[in-house]
Amino acid sequence: MEKRVLVIEDEPNISEALRFILKREGWRVEVSADGTAMLGQMQADPPDLLILDLMLPGLSGFDILKSLRALDMTRDLPVLMLTAKGQGADRAEAERLGVTRFMTKPFANADVIAAVREMTAP
Amino acid sequence: MSFNMLVLTCLAYVIVLFVVASAAERAASEGRASWLRSPVIYTLSLSVYCTAWTFYGAVGYAARSGLEFMTIYLGPTLVFLGWWVTLRKLVRIGRENRVTSIADLISARYGKSNLLGVIVTLLCIAAGAPYIALQLQSISQSFTVFVTDPSEVGLTADPTLIAFWTAIGLAFFTIVFGTRTLDANEQHPGVVTAIAVEAVVKLLALIAVGVFVVWFVATGPADILSRIDAQALPEWHIQPGRWTGLILLSAIAIICLPRMFQVTVVENTNDQHLATASWAFPLYLFLISLFVLPIAVVGLELMPAGSNPDMFVLTLPLYLGQDGLALLSFLGGFSAATSMVIVASLALATMVSNHIVVPLWLRVRSTRNLDSGDMRLLVLSVRRLSISLVLALGYFYYIITGGSEALAAIGLIAFVGVAQMLPALIGALFWRGASRTGAALGLVTGMALWVYTLFLPSFGPGVFLTAQVMEAGPFGIAWLRPYGLFGLTALDPLLHALFWSLFLNALAFCLGSFLSFPSPMERVQGALFVNIYERTGPARSWTRPVAEAEDLLPIAQRILGASEAQSFFRAQAALQGKQGFLPDITPEFLEALELKLSGSVGAATAHAMLAQSVGTAVVSVEDLMAVASETAQIMEYSAQLEAKSEELTRTARKLREANEMLQKLSVQKDAFLSQISHELRTPMTSIRAFSEIMMDTDAMSPEERTHFAQIIHDESIRLTRLLDDLLDLSVLEHGQVQLNVAPVVLRELIDKAVRASNSVQADRKFRILRDRDPEALEIVTDAGRLTQVFINVLSNARKYCMSDDPQMQIKVRQRKGMVEVDFIDNGTGIPRDKQALIFEKFSRLTDEMQAGGAGLGLAICREIMHNLGGDIAYVPGQGGAAFRVSFPLVLQPRESQSKPAEEQTEAAE
Repeated sequence: MEKRVLVIEDEPNISEALRFILKREGWRVEVSADGTAMLGQMQADPPDLLILDLMLPGLSGFDILKSLRALDMTRDLPVLMLTAKGQGADRAEAERLGVTRFMTKPFANADVIAAVREMTAP
Repeated sequence: MSFNMLVLTCLAYVIVLFVVASAAERAASEGRASWLRSPVIYTLSLSVYCTAWTFYGAVGYAARSGLEFMTIYLGPTLVFLGWWVTLRKLVRIGRENRVTSIADLISARYGKSNLLGVIVTLLCIAAGAPYIALQLQSISQSFTVFVTDPSEVGLTADPTLIAFWTAIGLAFFTIVFGTRTLDANEQHPGVVTAIAVEAVVKLLALIAVGVFVVWFVATGPADILSRIDAQALPEWHIQPGRWTGLILLSAIAIICLPRMFQVTVVENTNDQHLATASWAFPLYLFLISLFVLPIAVVGLELMPAGSNPDMFVLTLPLYLGQDGLALLSFLGGFSAATSMVIVASLALATMVSNHIVVPLWLRVRSTRNLDSGDMRLLVLSVRRLSISLVLALGYFYYIITGGSEALAAIGLIAFVGVAQMLPALIGALFWRGASRTGAALGLVTGMALWVYTLFLPSFGPGVFLTAQVMEAGPFGIAWLRPYGLFGLTALDPLLHALFWSLFLNALAFCLGSFLSFPSPMERVQGALFVNIYERTGPARSWTRPVAEAEDLLPIAQRILGASEAQSFFRAQAALQGKQGFLPDITPEFLEALELKLSGSVGAATAHAMLAQSVGTAVVSVEDLMAVASETAQIMEYSAQLEAKSEELTRTARKLREANEMLQKLSVQKDAFLSQISHELRTPMTSIRAFSEIMMDTDAMSPEERTHFAQIIHDESIRLTRLLDDLLDLSVLEHGQVQLNVAPVVLRELIDKAVRASNSVQADRKFRILRDRDPEALEIVTDAGRLTQVFINVLSNARKYCMSDDPQMQIKVRQRKGMVEVDFIDNGTGIPRDKQALIFEKFSRLTDEMQAGGAGLGLAICREIMHNLGGDIAYVPGQGGAAFRVSFPLVLQPRESQSKPAEEQTEAAE
């Protein structure tokens, strides 16, 4: 069965790039800029992987991650967090909240693919 | 007369005294004591000067040395006749300062030094014990003389036993009337009245014996005078030198004797009493000495050879079979002795308890929990104990010396002892320069010399000083012989001791005073004592306060702080047995309060403050000087402190401000860098991702390729614009911007801005409502910059105005040389809590906002407007979003540029 990845990213060009490279890898890609809406949807139908931006309108990436980890369906969901802020304190905070991987923008496409493969390896 | 009869008579007499004393006490406590406080009673009480020594001893003295006994009365007579020189001042000072004893007066004058109090007390006890012994001896002698039955003498009339019981009885009497209550003024109306009665008894007794001798034994005054001439012995020859010395000595004694101080000063209630006593007391002395020589002469004539002349007053009537007269005479002698012992032991006990026992007890107690509630009882108990102690000392002295000395000798030894207080006392009254050190040195010097040259030798050779020492001096040093100090052997021992002790005492006192510097307390007390008359108004002390505790509490609170003042007041109230924290204004309370306050503000200030509040003493110039110097010191000190503290506060505030500024700048810088990083990384992420995609992907449609290239291109432009904005902002913020100021018509600028902003979301319909007439306004400014602001505002409106029929109204107004251009759209406006934020860098209200940029637009607008000498502000309550751009009609180029330049140089520093 085709694996599903959800990308929560408010910068349209970045989500488009991610969609392209993940699709090329054989993923089914869903993209949204609205983390709040996706939070509910993921409880009903969790994806296999979540790529999450940190700076989002409304709930921040940290807020979403925190909620995900508190809920049954997404407690163990692999989450790759991407951020353009790239400060050490943010990485520490993300790890504290239970992020699976943390990468700073701009990223190398190959690194994203490698991380995604690693995270979803059986 | 039987021994028992005599004892019963004594007891009956003492009971009468008891009744008199009790009545007087009761009258005094009920306020009916006006008759007690009369000059007559006062004068009679002064007769404690006339002790058993006077009553019995004077006759013996006269029998041995003729008229010389008169010197003992001449001194006091001179002092009282010249009362306004010394006594008046002494009494005034004593009463105003509530002095309780001579030790208290000296200690108070020299800065309330307890060391001096202790020295004086020890001196008074050393001199007083023999004197009390003398009285006990005379009473027991009179008993033995009176009891003629030899069998009885052997059985019951053992002299030491009589002395013992006499001492017990007198201790009892003194304790009952001397320590009934603890009176602040140490006044004892009961005792004084009893003493006055005894004064009358002893005078009457002596006059009765005298009248009997002159008119019934002899045939009248003429006969007596011729008998005196016939009897005159060679020893009766008047020695002018010795007379001078003795008159001086007795004059000193009447001032310095503790018991005289007690009745003259402590028990005095009115200056006028002293004025009366100044003639009445010499009269009393004259009367009591009038018949001394006749009795002596007749005694020498009639009594068997070897009879003790000291007992003539008693033995002569007995010898002549006048038992009734003898009994009166006995009571007279008994009165003289008891009155002296009672007053002396009272005075000494006050000193012992106030200056030795209580301070010691407090020092011991202070380490433990001090419960001040039992102080009154404690002091009374100590007094009682001290009275017993003083009488015991007298009794033991009597036992040790065996009662063998001639009465007059002991009296004179005591006189020389107490005379040592004279320099310190006179200094206290008349010399402001007299100091504590001087007083202590003088007292110790005089006391040591008195002990060495008179007191110790008085026990006789072998008791304390060996005959060897007396004859050849200690270690054979001749000039240290007790009776021939420094080679002075021409004087008799008494005058020798008086001369050396007083001379060296005064010398040490003066030198010590010159060489030491008095403490502030001493200076204040000195001024108060020496200039006692300079205080105008009625002489009042704390005894008649007019203030209430409510008035004093605020003063105390101001100085001590609220909680400490209240707890002090509460403790004082408890001491008086009262609840709450408003004690009665008693002298003790005021004294304690003064002491407490003086710990904080200095003694003089404390005193002056209370004096003012209580409304008693008028503050003298010296008080004020002392206060001023204290205050000046305190003020100078506190001014320095204040200046330092202000400086510190200022520095601390500057540091704090600088620190806050730095922190704020640091936080701002971090946030700014973080924002810039984010804003730069976001387009770079897209550029990198798509360029990698284009590199990696082999099979890619031409549409895709163009699309991706377009994204890369757009993001590059976004990146460039961001960098441009940042540089622009930086230049504007630092005032380095070059303005092209020129005249221009406002309408043209608005036209240009509207045209330029049309490109933003050009597909959206956007109506712009203008009133073109007010826009026809010539202004002088940087047209390009102002247009940049207009474009920004208009573009924002096009982007964010979410109305179905978006429109923008532009209104131009002129006000006081300023132009206001309002841009009002019909959207939802900006929420109140965000209105202050929109001009900050990187502030974004919604995610859509970033479509136009990094959120620097309004921040740049604000900087531009500041550079143009104007402002841009959000105007709330206009329906939609409303921005007001204001700027001067004519921009003064220098004004706009010089100010930021200054800021910049300041920042560079």
